[in-house]
Amino acid sequence: MWMWVVHRVTGVAIFFFLLIHVLDTALVRVSPEAYNEVIGSYKTPLYGLVEAGLVAAILLHAFNGLRIIAVDHSTWALRHQKQLVWAVWILFAILMVGFLPRHLMHVFGGA
Amino acid sequence: MTASSPEFVPGPKIKEPRIVSGRVRPGAEQWSWRFMRLSGPVLVVLILTHLFVNLMTGDGISQIDFAFVAGKWAAPLWQWWDFLMLALAMLHGGNGMRLLINDYAHRAWLNKTLHGALGVAVLGIIVLGSLVIWTFDPCPIDADPSLLPSFCEDVR
Repeated sequence: MWMWVVHRVTGVAIFFFLLIHVLDTALVRVSPEAYNEVIGSYKTPLYGLVEAGLVAAILLHAFNGLRIIAVDHSTWALRHQKQLVWAVWILFAILMVGFLPRHLMHVFGGA
Repeated sequence: MTASSPEFVPGPKIKEPRIVSGRVRPGAEQWSWRFMRLSGPVLVVLILTHLFVNLMTGDGISQIDFAFVAGKWAAPLWQWWDFLMLALAMLHGGNGMRLLINDYAHRAWLNKTLHGALGVAVLGIIVLGSLVIWTFDPCPIDADPSLLPSFCEDVR
């Protein structure tokens, strides 16, 4: 039940970001200056944190989606679906531990 | 259907679907279900690679500017990569939003309006994104050379 909520909420968040992300990338077709100015705002601390949240949403949606497919296709996965929820969160935590320090150094380190 | 005898009930009573779209295509929802399960794993590979290359390698988010994008899209591999990611993600996300609209927007006019807006957004973003990827010029003639990738010097 909770994973169902997580899947919906992350899905909607990713969808709206995707709309914005295509629009900001489209600025490369306007001019290098226009693109660099807008993408520059993604490098500010506030957006840096939003991006971290976005990466978190994508990872959760991705791994939980794979869990749903597994549960639909295999009775083994269906019987172990509670453990698979744990697997989703553990895999998510491991990747975030790898990603967050590096990303936050890029955002706050002034590199 | 409703005349079945009360002592023989094969399963829990299931209500009629809340939304009757009026445009029933046989098997349409099954194709939607299949598409989500086929595009999902492909998107996992496409997007996690996209995030790793853009945010983890090099200087991460700090490296992203016009020259970075131009450097990537100079290679057809990344053009195709991003095009596939764009189309599949918009269709996967659009179909997901369609399911949510059907779940939550019960009033007919609202349901119709949201589906219309969704269709315009999905189609518009795919067309715009495709045009950007396939008509991209990494070395615009009138641009400040300091903002362009280094290979543009050889092109001129």
